[in-house]
Amino acid sequence: MENNNNLPEPDTRPDVKDPSRRDFLKKSALITAVALTPAHAVKAAEKHMDERIAEAFEKMPLSLEINGAPHNLMVEPRSTLLDILREQLDLTGTKKGCDLGQCGACTVHVDGHRVISCLTLGIMVNGKKVTTIEGLAKGDQLHPMQEAFLKHDGFQCGYCTPGQIMSAVACIREGHANSEHEIREYMSGNICRCGAYPNIVNAIQEVKEGGLPV
Amino acid sequence: MENIKKRKASATEGLDRVDGRLKVTGKAKYSAEYNTKGLVYGVLAGSTITSGTIKTIDAKAAENAPGVLAVYTYLNSPKIPGYQDPPTQPKGPFRIFDDNKIYFNGQPVALVVADTFERAQYAATLIKVAYDKASFQTDLKSNISAGVSPRNGKDYVKGQEDAYKTAPVKIEQEYILPTDVHNPMELHTIIANWDGDDKLTVWDKTQGVLGTQRSIAQAFKLDPKNVHVISPFVGGAFGAALRTWQHEIAAVMAAKALKKPVKLVLSRAEMFTAVGYRPYTWQKMGLGATPDGKLVGITHEASGQTSMYEDFTEGTVNISQLMYACPNVNTRYRLVSLNVNTPTPMRGPGEATGAIALECGMDELAYALNMDPIDLRVVNHADTDPQTGKPYSSKFLKDAYQLGADAIGWKNRNRKPASVTENGWLVGYGMGTGMFGAYRGAATVLARLLADGTLDLETAVTDIGPGTGTAMTNIASEVMGVAADKISVKIGDSALPPSPTQGGSSVTSTVGSAVNDACVQLKEKLKELSGTAEGGNLSYAQILQAHNLPQLEVTVTSKSSPEAAKYAMYSWSVHFMKVLVHPTTGVVKVDKAVSVADCGTIVSPKTARSQIIGGTIMGTGMGLMEEAVIDHRYGRLVNNDFANYHVPIQADIPQLEALFVNKPDPYINPMGAKGMGEIATIGVAAALANAVFNATGKRVRDLPITPDKLI
Repeated sequence: MENNNNLPEPDTRPDVKDPSRRDFLKKSALITAVALTPAHAVKAAEKHMDERIAEAFEKMPLSLEINGAPHNLMVEPRSTLLDILREQLDLTGTKKGCDLGQCGACTVHVDGHRVISCLTLGIMVNGKKVTTIEGLAKGDQLHPMQEAFLKHDGFQCGYCTPGQIMSAVACIREGHANSEHEIREYMSGNICRCGAYPNIVNAIQEVKEGGLPV
Repeated sequence: MENIKKRKASATEGLDRVDGRLKVTGKAKYSAEYNTKGLVYGVLAGSTITSGTIKTIDAKAAENAPGVLAVYTYLNSPKIPGYQDPPTQPKGPFRIFDDNKIYFNGQPVALVVADTFERAQYAATLIKVAYDKASFQTDLKSNISAGVSPRNGKDYVKGQEDAYKTAPVKIEQEYILPTDVHNPMELHTIIANWDGDDKLTVWDKTQGVLGTQRSIAQAFKLDPKNVHVISPFVGGAFGAALRTWQHEIAAVMAAKALKKPVKLVLSRAEMFTAVGYRPYTWQKMGLGATPDGKLVGITHEASGQTSMYEDFTEGTVNISQLMYACPNVNTRYRLVSLNVNTPTPMRGPGEATGAIALECGMDELAYALNMDPIDLRVVNHADTDPQTGKPYSSKFLKDAYQLGADAIGWKNRNRKPASVTENGWLVGYGMGTGMFGAYRGAATVLARLLADGTLDLETAVTDIGPGTGTAMTNIASEVMGVAADKISVKIGDSALPPSPTQGGSSVTSTVGSAVNDACVQLKEKLKELSGTAEGGNLSYAQILQAHNLPQLEVTVTSKSSPEAAKYAMYSWSVHFMKVLVHPTTGVVKVDKAVSVADCGTIVSPKTARSQIIGGTIMGTGMGLMEEAVIDHRYGRLVNNDFANYHVPIQADIPQLEALFVNKPDPYINPMGAKGMGEIATIGVAAALANAVFNATGKRVRDLPITPDKLI
């Protein structure tokens, strides 16, 4: 096949002046501070100062409760709840499987509802209560859904498991676990590549039929 | 309802996964989850062209972006020491940042390292690369004539070539399997942390810590002992973590240059171009038989794709040499080099692809003969290995056919296609056979009995999901008579006694044997200590206490015996599918599936069942939905995410049945256990295609069987 090199292609022109926010900061916030400073000093300090100022300007306060504990953080507005949990708070039970909201591995509860944490910016949950897999058990006593996953072997590699369990708990709470069919439908946002689907359905059904509070 | 209840009960039999508690509480730590102090983040930028050379790279904006520590490209990247030697082969692994050549779309052209992930990710978008484009080829179908014999590869001929052509009854068909991508849920990850110039620790997603240790040691010319690879939990792999990939080398390089721990996690899109895939493969199957169904000739041809820089071959056609008794068999396998990244083994490598042609072909032949597809297979059952004539170590395939036929309700199958409906859906039954070599390598296990009577088992092997630690615990518990909850398993660390890479369905056989042998030796020692043949009435703990021993340990290496070489060793599977096809929309639903495995003794019932149904589900993806699509005008993937590359989801999968013949293999190892990871998937896609034909009368030979092909 001859390649159709005449088709449109991505714009790879060298950057025209990048009108980024950082440049804007440099021009506005810094402008008064550096007005009286000798030029060579400005140049030397520019990058470093820029960092400091950016830090102050670009981070926002985030107050939230995670697994019952209050957290007061400074985060970049672009940071996802998932990355904040995993990279800043070392709560690595919540998994990154796609970072695109397509696999469900990062499912957590926000004010009791299941949420895809990779599509949730941290600042969106300001003032809210977040529950992650680490907060589901009561000390050494596992949540009934965790017990059921163990008993029914609702996993193999375990990587999608925290998301599956958080989703499964929410699935029952939402009232969407009334039949195998309904469970399958409402658990379809959580991909398991090892293929534990039937075991997961069985675990959820057992918890639902057991009637224990979830 | 009775049946469903029964099935569910069986699913909970056996020991719970020994690492299950860690997995359900989020405490199991995968490779990206070691947030070492001072950690910095690497993000790759990929080529936007498919073939050519890099003309210029402008990395200034990226370098000046906040938090960026370095941007590495072929222009400034520190040389990888092991890459400086002249290559010994004309082709070989892609060498990251080695020169300005572009071999495939998405090939890494830069690595940005910054103090946070977000900053690295943003800076990577600022890198401007200009290219000189060259022509390229990414389509296997239009390049089949360019195929060549693989190096050292020979066409196989037994008896007369192309004998099927003159047989009384024959079929000749072509089949296509597109590129399938492993897509484990865990993204490929490495954290590399140097301690000085000649020593490092990596937390890596790998199927083999010792393989990774060797590869990194070679690339950086280090003493392997100085490369510590840690990987206690692996979030799935299916073959994608069998080898050390270039993002791993890049992270190790950057960590060395920056003297900081570097974490590099691939994006889901990069998972499609950086860690291999099951190659797009064209196949042609010719089968000839006598009117009563005796095979006269099998001719199996296949062409698979590989990259421009490296040859990847797989045994696609081997299954046709091995499965059935047939006097005349010939196979040809060709490789087509395209502007794509190199494929890599994916669950059931070779056989899973080959079984589509062989087992769909057998179904087509059964129709041509007006024979039941199971009867056709039984008529051609191989009683000895067709390739070598050796006896099998064990084979109960006929039992497996029977078990599966009973469980799926094969008697309800109407041979005439498109003749049965249920609630407005067309109903079809199909089956397919799978086989894969049963292997046993060498492994070393340390077994340590402590004064409190608990037992530690240690070995380097990783567990990508099948439940290796659980199988080890089951075996040790059985041999020692120690309760499973008194046994702890430590795996996934190159500092532990050596054991092989997890792959090729060989770990339970290999590592399990070493566990068995270590426990047997430990028991012997205890007997000696106790001074009685059976250890008397003393518990192990009491024996240790009586001798004032804080612990008793043995380290035992175990490997296959020469006796085993006298036998042909294989695991077998038969997959049965009942599908419903909607006559208007072409939607295919798996209504019922039964997979039967003949793989010796089942040492860990709960995890074994999960492994089989998991394989059935992966095979269902192969059959019905998975296909990585390249836009051949650009040579670029168009569906490199989970929204567009469809894997089976919960709504696609009904209750599945996994059945085991569960008869020990007397020769392979002390447990009598053979592998099951590959056979779980091999034959599934063919069973689906055959069931869809039975339901609709339409033979779809280019997978996946999507609705558009049925309406």
